[in-house]
Amino acid sequence: MSDFSPDFALESAPALELRNISKRFGDLHALTNVSLTLRAGTVHALLGENGAGKTTLMRIAFGMISPDAGQVVIANNPVKLRSPSDAIKAGIGMVHQHFMLVPAMSVAENLELGSTGRFDIARAAQRVTTLGEETGLKLDPYSKVSSLGVAAQQRLEILRALARNARIVILDEPTAVLAPVESRYLLTVMRKLVSQGRSVVLITHKLRDALQYADDISVLRHGRLVLHETANHVTEDSLARAMLGQQPGEPPPSDSNPVPAPSSDIPVIQLRNATISGALSGRSLHNVSLEVRRGEIVGIAALNNAAADLLRVLAHRADAQDGIVTLPPNVGFVPEDRQRDALVSDFRLFENIALRDSGARSGQMPWPAIRTRTESIVKQFDVRTTSSDVNASALSGGNQQKLVLGRELDDDPAALVAENPTRGLDVLATENIKRQLRAAAARGCAIVFYSSDLEELVELASRTIVVRDGAVVPVDRSEEAIGFALLQSTTA
Amino acid sequence: MIDLATLTLVSDMLVRATPLILAGLAVAFAFQAGVLNIGAEGQLLIGAASATAIALAATPLLGRAVILFSLTGGAAAGALWALIAAELRRRYQVLEVISTIMLNFVAIFLVGFLVRGPLQEPTHVYPQTLELPPQARLPLLIPGTRLHAGFAIAIITCITGWWILRHTAAGFRLRVVGANPDAARMAGRINIEKTARNVFLISGALAGLAGAIEIHGVTFALYENLSPGYGYTAIAVALLAALNPLLVLITGIFFGALETLASALQRDAGIPATLVSVLEAAIILLVLAVQSIRSRRVPRTAVSET
Repeated sequence: MSDFSPDFALESAPALELRNISKRFGDLHALTNVSLTLRAGTVHALLGENGAGKTTLMRIAFGMISPDAGQVVIANNPVKLRSPSDAIKAGIGMVHQHFMLVPAMSVAENLELGSTGRFDIARAAQRVTTLGEETGLKLDPYSKVSSLGVAAQQRLEILRALARNARIVILDEPTAVLAPVESRYLLTVMRKLVSQGRSVVLITHKLRDALQYADDISVLRHGRLVLHETANHVTEDSLARAMLGQQPGEPPPSDSNPVPAPSSDIPVIQLRNATISGALSGRSLHNVSLEVRRGEIVGIAALNNAAADLLRVLAHRADAQDGIVTLPPNVGFVPEDRQRDALVSDFRLFENIALRDSGARSGQMPWPAIRTRTESIVKQFDVRTTSSDVNASALSGGNQQKLVLGRELDDDPAALVAENPTRGLDVLATENIKRQLRAAAARGCAIVFYSSDLEELVELASRTIVVRDGAVVPVDRSEEAIGFALLQSTTA
Repeated sequence: MIDLATLTLVSDMLVRATPLILAGLAVAFAFQAGVLNIGAEGQLLIGAASATAIALAATPLLGRAVILFSLTGGAAAGALWALIAAELRRRYQVLEVISTIMLNFVAIFLVGFLVRGPLQEPTHVYPQTLELPPQARLPLLIPGTRLHAGFAIAIITCITGWWILRHTAAGFRLRVVGANPDAARMAGRINIEKTARNVFLISGALAGLAGAIEIHGVTFALYENLSPGYGYTAIAVALLAALNPLLVLITGIFFGALETLASALQRDAGIPATLVSVLEAAIILLVLAVQSIRSRRVPRTAVSET
């Protein structure tokens, strides 16, 4: 594995190697031929946008998911990890974003969860103290987990991995839930673990943390490895470009496809000084003011779900806490997780079409008319299906998305809100969705869409805004400008 | 022509099937919406008690029309009994599986209290109420048998229930909430709390109606052990029917026949009646096993990255 940098060759056996890993979920290519080497005694930062495949890759390393192709190699020995317990035996520990602790039990009891033999509380408590002194992860062994704060629970999770003799520790976005001081402390502890001979994979999207605390850095984008370097060979700028998919020195894309100008000045959607809770994003937005006019396409850029609550308020699926919100009565909504939020997978296609606004319907269901509507949506949006009688689960992801978009646009809504509408779709389906969105805007629909793909934002939107640090700010419609604005929020 | 013994046996089966069909429909409606109402037994008993009280009090006043009032009253009482569980779930997130099964015991002991206290017959000898006067009893469908009009009500209710689920917006909402609450909220903009509460009410009303009909058509009086576990067998009836109201009609008759034959077999051939309980339980396990195998064959959806 000396392909990347000559000094790799001088090292002893790498702690962990992932060789040519590929994984598909349905027709979503989560990982394509990804190889990654964790050198012994180093911190390896794994960077990437939401959905780039970071967590999936590490779940494969931890035996939670089996890869479709590829190999996991630990200290030069290829291993087959059938479950997390295999991984633990092989010396791998993983600290998940969502903690897996029993709140009603004490710290010492949680430490011993899953271990075999006789349970001795005094011995367990002793281990908590010893490990704590060794690593700096100090905890009171007798306090209940439910009484601990987030940072302390995370320390316990790491201790638990270490108590099982993990030589390789995988930390999944560990600083996402921590205050800045706690983050710094955790990252210092991480360096200490490494100095004691362990190896750490740090999944993160904070570029500065990666540069400051990691030895090597890998970047995933759309399930492919796009960068693998030692930390002193990269800069914030080059990392951001890799994450966002830009070539270094690439000129800003020319305005080859002119976006139609707004066809009127009457705002369809209007938010004034709105306060939006952070139910999904974890961070509330304040003083949000936004106007969307007929025929306009507003693109929203954000990292890590930051725009999810805003989109739901715009789609009339959630209420703002404060401020003035003016919305048309009829707003179409294409949520990101179509399986969960947009479709009933074991209902038939025409029943899924009937789902739209079924909350406001009364009396009899006009099934014949709904079937006719379904046929026309299937035809107009090119949904590949044998009939409208099949279950929604029988459609591929792209066709499901076309059906959802068709349904939400069918009654010519005054506004449409779409959340990452082309996520996980192939090129053809993506093009189709984009064309339909443009056509809807040309008919006068006000469109707001969020995309994690900057190229798509710039291509489709007539105006772009960025959601970051609890605020909504307008930004120039160029990948450079959006990338820069997002980057500021990650390093702030 | 059918001889009298066969006619009696078949009509007895249908009489036995009547409460099973109505309570089975109650369970099917609830399960369709993802509401795990295990409390049909209690709702049935409360419906029976209320219908008895109304019929005893109001027959002199209303004559034959009392049946209409006491059946409605029994259904309403069943609905209110289910509403307790609905409110516990809405306000305090109490699982309805727990609350409805607990309320069954409350209902059983409440009936025990009523037939020894306020509703006990005037001589205070037997733990039961007075018998309903003849004009408060349901008319017979076939004279000379025990088959009463309640069976016809059960058939009509099943067909109506099927039509509501398949052809009305309210029924569609109910099915969507059961199948995927997230999509119901996001894509359908359905008020899930309201739908769930309505389902509790409908389910409780159907079970209450089953109890009221049992009083007016079979027992003519309220006493303890009025129900040999109709509300629990109803779960098997609903599951075996795959929660389809029309099939509930068939599975209800099937279980009714099974239980009627059980006592006949015990009487005539010495086969223990508990064997039928074993058979019923075996059928439930079989149905659940088949369902879980079927659902496991469905391709797993993509694991989304958190």
